[in-house]
Amino acid sequence: MHAVRRQRLMLVLFVVVFSSAAIGLMAYALRGNINLFFPPTDVVAGKAPVGQPIRVGGMVVDGSVNRSDDTLEVAFELTDFQSNVAVVYTGILPDLFDEGQGAVAAGTLNANGVLMASEVLAKHDENYMPPEVADALEQAGFDEHGRPK
Amino acid sequence: MIPEFGHFALIIGFVLAIILTLIPAWGALQNNVKAMALAPGLSIGVLVFVTISFICLCIAFLQDDFSVRVVTNNSNSLLPPIYKFSAVWGNHEGSLLLWSLILSSWTAAVAIFSRQLPLLMLARVLSVMGFVGVGFLSFMLLTSNPFERMLPGIPADGNDLNPLLQDPGLIIHPPLLYMGYVGFSVAFAFAIAALWGGSLDAAWARWSRPWTNIAWGFLTLGIMLGSWWAYYELGWGGWWFWDPVENASFMPWLAGTALIHSLAATEKRGLFKSWTVLLAIFAFSLSLLGTFLVRSGVLTSVHAFATDPERGLFILVFLMIVVGGSLVLYALRAPAVASRVGFEWVSRESLILCNNVVFLVSTLTVLFGTLFPLFMDALGQGKYSVGPPYFNAVFVPLMALLVPFMGIGPISRWKRDTVGRWQSELLIPAIVALLCGLTLPLFEAEYNIWVALAVTLAAWLVFSLLRDLWYRVRQAVSLTAGLRRITLSYWGMFIAHLGFAACIVGVVATSQYSVEHDLKMSPGQSEVVAGYEFTLLEVVPVAGPNYVADEARFTVARDGQTIVSLAPQKRRYLASGQIMTEADIDAGLMRDLFVAMGEPVGDDGAWAIRLHYKPMVRWMWLGALMMAVGAFATVMDKRYRQARVSRTVRAGGTEQYGV
Repeated sequence: MHAVRRQRLMLVLFVVVFSSAAIGLMAYALRGNINLFFPPTDVVAGKAPVGQPIRVGGMVVDGSVNRSDDTLEVAFELTDFQSNVAVVYTGILPDLFDEGQGAVAAGTLNANGVLMASEVLAKHDENYMPPEVADALEQAGFDEHGRPK
Repeated sequence: MIPEFGHFALIIGFVLAIILTLIPAWGALQNNVKAMALAPGLSIGVLVFVTISFICLCIAFLQDDFSVRVVTNNSNSLLPPIYKFSAVWGNHEGSLLLWSLILSSWTAAVAIFSRQLPLLMLARVLSVMGFVGVGFLSFMLLTSNPFERMLPGIPADGNDLNPLLQDPGLIIHPPLLYMGYVGFSVAFAFAIAALWGGSLDAAWARWSRPWTNIAWGFLTLGIMLGSWWAYYELGWGGWWFWDPVENASFMPWLAGTALIHSLAATEKRGLFKSWTVLLAIFAFSLSLLGTFLVRSGVLTSVHAFATDPERGLFILVFLMIVVGGSLVLYALRAPAVASRVGFEWVSRESLILCNNVVFLVSTLTVLFGTLFPLFMDALGQGKYSVGPPYFNAVFVPLMALLVPFMGIGPISRWKRDTVGRWQSELLIPAIVALLCGLTLPLFEAEYNIWVALAVTLAAWLVFSLLRDLWYRVRQAVSLTAGLRRITLSYWGMFIAHLGFAACIVGVVATSQYSVEHDLKMSPGQSEVVAGYEFTLLEVVPVAGPNYVADEARFTVARDGQTIVSLAPQKRRYLASGQIMTEADIDAGLMRDLFVAMGEPVGDDGAWAIRLHYKPMVRWMWLGALMMAVGAFATVMDKRYRQARVSRTVRAGGTEQYGV
């Protein structure tokens, strides 16, 4: 083969091998490292898988936040004003986490339908609502204060 | 009146930008010298009016003009003046104005410092930059006017700047980041101008290269500051979250890193020409994509401001025009600029190619992870999120793969080299690197395979660089004479590559050896973290200029000796009522000690407390700083200045000491 052609062939082979390796790596990394969002209604209806990483978002129910006296465990409920999901989290909550505010919890659902959260995300400024929560409320047909639309 | 002046100046700037796009382009097509010669003046005109507009907005903020909507929403009379100033870009409208200001500064800088360019080329470059300016200025005027008034019914006071943004880091982080982001528009404009003219030679790369290096250096600094700010201000000691908006700034950086290396090959050897052009288009497209992701509100992120869909659509359309237009131009013109130069497999060109493939694939994997949730959502497949484990799993191996080649790069020769020479030059660095990897991690308590690997790779980089320096110096009569012969662009590469080594060690050591304790602490209680004894003395109320806070007073002791007092705060800002965690950090080259307060636990005065021991976390930022310094140093190189003085550019020349 001509030297230039051989060089091109090698180049193409190199790129092909390297990018397939990268794609394989991506597919492998993607498995189990992505999680799907469910509104509380879907979780209560049993549409969310048990034991797999998921995210649940909604408004934190007024009066539902219950902090332990001697550990960092916190229990609260998330609602889309149709259904509520109980969440248990151990650790430090974000600054803007509060009752009556939007929040997203990531974790796994246990057999009793309680979300064991490993991460809780709240909004980061006063006027911002996580898009998933806004969508979940929209679907349920309520605004963020629980008034029907 | 001042906001109206600002608005008016913005409109004039917009009109001038339109003229800048059209007249020089027409001149370039018609070969009309007078029309082309208008370009530099028009560029400076755009800068002048956008600057006036920016100053007007600053005055509105500093004078607490709450009749302006942006000021009302993002400032407050109690806000310290320096934050009133930085609040100018702590919001959607103002940050776009800053973006436009920086874009027009780059355009004017090209107009002023590129007088040695042929007029035809300069007119094309400035016209393309003018077009980008038109896009952003019309976006601002049509959807995000920063000077919109709230009349009648002027509020008595403003809603305050988000407390997260009330921080010195935020004063400089956005301007530096934008300098980098927008700076790639210069590389883009040069690329488009080259395609337009159908001629792309080594002289082109020589013009484009300093601009690209400066932009890349600023982007590096901007990302570094963002990471540092997240570390101490978001409160929880993380320094990189693979947040979509972090990715949005990181992707242009990765593509830009590929670009600055392939530009070197284009300048020195006239190689990879069409590839370099494509990378320049790609890097700037990623900057625009980042803007779209940040400003459209399609993603959940700490950087998203409250948004409306119209804005997202506008940027998306602009993005499509820019990307689509330049790719069409590329498809039509790329064959005209293709390289006709060959090289052997064992050569520096191959290593640069390797760098390009790794950085491009990294960019694409990050791009995929960032856009995956958007695609799935658009396809109605549900709302996914892609977490840090994905990014770490793909990104870390790719970077590890890069380093072995990176060690050979500087010592290798252009065009043709031999494996035997590489072996004889690099045998000692390889052995020393392995020894470092085996021994150095032992200074920590336990041997950690990942740290050992990182130390080996970093040491390989450092010692092969030193070997190369020695190789260059030893041929001279004396050490000083040898060192004096080394060019600034070589020093730039040297420092930047050392910085990369420091980054590797910092990232891996802090990831592997960090210790984090979240616990409930009452006054008087102690906790030992990695040999440091943290004692909570008391929690006292304190007051700041625009907030009240609970302050936890800690002392930290090691081996019974008190080393430092730390006082993290939990603040409540008066205007918004927003709660903010203010961590306190004892910073050091080898380790940071980090304390942050959660919330009160129970009724006996106890608090949830986070204690961190973070070894070598500073190395990461120090490394990034070195990379930026290196990038700036290369621009100071004599050959760029000589080109300016003599107005002649040697095409395709190779220099022994060049990078």
